Amino acid sequence: MESQLPAEFVVNVDHEKCRKCKRCVINCSFSAIEFKDKVTPNNRQCVACHRCATFCPENAITITENPLDYKDGYNWSPEIRKNILKQAESGGIILTGMGNPKPYPIYWDHMLLDACQVTNPSIDPLREPMELRTYLGAKPECLDFDGDVSLKTELAPQVKIDIPVVFAAMSYGAISLNAHKALAMAATRMGTLMNTGEGGLHEDIAQYSDRIIVQVASGRFGVTSKYLNSSALVEIKIGQGAKPGIGGHLPGEKVGEDISKTRMIPVGTDALSPAPHHDIYSIEDLSQLIYAIKEATDYKKPVSVKIAAVHNVAAIASGIVRAGADIVMIDGFRGGTGAAPMIIRDHVGIPIELALAAVDDRLRQEGIRNRASILVGGSIRQSADVVKAIALGADACVIGTASLIAMGCRVCQKCYTGNCAWGIATQKPELVRRLNPEVAADRLCNLLTAWGHEIQEVLGSLGINAIESLRGSRERLRGVGLNQETLDILGIKHAGIGQ
Amino acid sequence: MKCDGIPSGCAISGLMSEEGRRIDGSVIIRSIASMHDRSNGLGGGFAAYGIYPKRKHQYAFHMMFDNIGAKETTEEFFKDVFNVDKDEPIPTHRENGIRNPPILWRYFLEVPENKLEFITERDYVMKIVMQINSEIEGAYIASSGKNMGAFKGVGYPEDIGKFYKLEEYSAYIWTSHGRFPTNTPGWWGGAHPFTLLDWSVVHNGEISSYGINKRYLEMFGYKLELRTDTEVIAYLFDLLVRRHKLPMDMAVKALASPFWKDIDRMEPTQKNIATAIRQVYGSTLMNGPFSIILGHSRGMIGLNDRIKLRPMTAARKGDMLYLASEESAIREIAPDLDTVWSPKAGTAVIGTLNEEVE
Repeated sequence: MESQLPAEFVVNVDHEKCRKCKRCVINCSFSAIEFKDKVTPNNRQCVACHRCATFCPENAITITENPLDYKDGYNWSPEIRKNILKQAESGGIILTGMGNPKPYPIYWDHMLLDACQVTNPSIDPLREPMELRTYLGAKPECLDFDGDVSLKTELAPQVKIDIPVVFAAMSYGAISLNAHKALAMAATRMGTLMNTGEGGLHEDIAQYSDRIIVQVASGRFGVTSKYLNSSALVEIKIGQGAKPGIGGHLPGEKVGEDISKTRMIPVGTDALSPAPHHDIYSIEDLSQLIYAIKEATDYKKPVSVKIAAVHNVAAIASGIVRAGADIVMIDGFRGGTGAAPMIIRDHVGIPIELALAAVDDRLRQEGIRNRASILVGGSIRQSADVVKAIALGADACVIGTASLIAMGCRVCQKCYTGNCAWGIATQKPELVRRLNPEVAADRLCNLLTAWGHEIQEVLGSLGINAIESLRGSRERLRGVGLNQETLDILGIKHAGIGQ
Repeated sequence: MKCDGIPSGCAISGLMSEEGRRIDGSVIIRSIASMHDRSNGLGGGFAAYGIYPKRKHQYAFHMMFDNIGAKETTEEFFKDVFNVDKDEPIPTHRENGIRNPPILWRYFLEVPENKLEFITERDYVMKIVMQINSEIEGAYIASSGKNMGAFKGVGYPEDIGKFYKLEEYSAYIWTSHGRFPTNTPGWWGGAHPFTLLDWSVVHNGEISSYGINKRYLEMFGYKLELRTDTEVIAYLFDLLVRRHKLPMDMAVKALASPFWKDIDRMEPTQKNIATAIRQVYGSTLMNGPFSIILGHSRGMIGLNDRIKLRPMTAARKGDMLYLASEESAIREIAPDLDTVWSPKAGTAVIGTLNEEVE
């Protein structure tokens, strides 16, 4: 069927500047540029990944949105019309990648931080210690001392992170081995954690295992006793913000020799993650799995449970804590993905800001907030989001998309095609080679270093010198342009209200 | 009548006799008066320990009432929850410029045994304190401990001291406070010390971690009605020392924790303890500038924030321990001292009554 879909982007080549070096042609992994006597764009294929424009030595290429106007119609937006055309041509579910791009409210951008003036001094982070160290894991309600000197209480296992930002779960399969290596190296250097996602642990990154979260998802790919024990902590993945309630599907064409070994499935077979865990149909089943993993790891690793932020997230999180999880990881509805049905990504779940506030409140009301650390992700875009999340009650944040962008991702949302021109979300050797793990690790370390400094600046301006004095301190946040109900859910006051 | 306030400048002074010798209130008034310029007349107060030796087994409630209605409601409530052994007005001296005092009344109370089937006596009294402060409009508890009392109000501390005729009381621990709030009209309940059971706190500074300290305490049933950060200090000590039974020096490590860089260099046992305290009690860390004097039935403790953003001087003479914002306030009442020192940031000065003192 001939496609009626117009091109999304237009590639503009300045032929005066172009030296016909063909670098753009070689770099374009989406076949959007050909060479026919001169550089000739094939606009329909362009995804705006910027690879050609970045590598053009003459800066001769620009990419613009196709300026094709549609007859005005608020209700029938061009996007909706294009989606209908796609489905009329394919008969399929519309697939997409990355996080929800729709203009839902971003509550981070409606919260402002406090700062010290006169009555309490701000602290200069360049001159005074400014502590970001965080321990993930279950804490007892109180400590018990024997006499005045010796500690009787033995704590559950704790994982130390030097900055309250960890890398999100992204599987080997969804992203390349080079991307995994970069994340593992950066996590080790920065004293934080990376997360294997559900695709198993490749032997090349096993050396970084004490900085790695290994995931147990519904497909159980690569899960062995050795895998569970080669980790800082183990995470049970129930759901993902981008696709709550939906399983995963890594197409067989991506399952080459290496992925086959890592996931422990035959070469070329589809790797299907069922929507639910087929041994978890209720909370007591989850508890069994948590304790099975604790037994398998000799109670030396914290066990995390990752869920998508859905309507009843507070009650679910409370159940998870009572089921024995040491960490609850909540993924908001803007969280990224390698591939998801657009209808799910764009319309299911709730914002992480509200989910986090509700969970932290609920665990406090029940007096069990100490029993688990809270990690949140689902579009943490900048250090300001981290600070606000911690003030709302998170122990640490999880970044996926931001870490990919640091490595070169342009958020073109085409991860599911396997054609990532930046060597990140692809398994094609010629593309994977484009991502130098050392360089990508440097870029990730730079990002975290920069965020660390920014968080320290904010702590100093708040007049505090340890991150735990910000954690859950909603008094230091004010809302702007939020209605009363939202303010109540977030547990913050409106700007203009004093102490 | 409750109002929001940010305590700011402030003067504090405290003294104790480890041997339990009782000292009359004129001494502490002289000390705090010497720091007159650190307060602005919007609040002054004192805590005294050992003042009711004949009724030392009864809870002495110092009450403030806005009106006679609040007093009647409270007294009705007391009848239900306590045995009221005695009640009387708190003696005051009315002609020294202190304006619009509330009704000041004290009650000597015992807990009926049948109330203690499912709860300890102190938890029971704590619950009642929380209930009165939050539920009876116009009633506020200035202090609720045994053999101790708080005397506070709106005015300069030396005037408040004379108003309450403190020269007629004698105590083995005195603490005092002169307040310099930046943006609040005076409120009698908002003056220091803040108290709960035997704990009393006078405080110079601002707890920048108030938000999380408050939310943490609420998990354990504390109601923070006064919207002031000093209240959390008294409650944190109550939680850590009385309820969680932490040794005092461990509680201090939670409230003004050593830095990780120092913890990492400690020998293994100490490191293990200090790490566990920060892991478990991170939400109790009091961050921001403060110097405080904590009074309790067995002693007095001075504590600074972890980078010493507010002043505190300590001194000893014989069995006397002195703590004050300025050395001058100590020299004023004890010119000849054995030792004078400036306590280090985050390091507590712990004064303990000798065991034989009753």
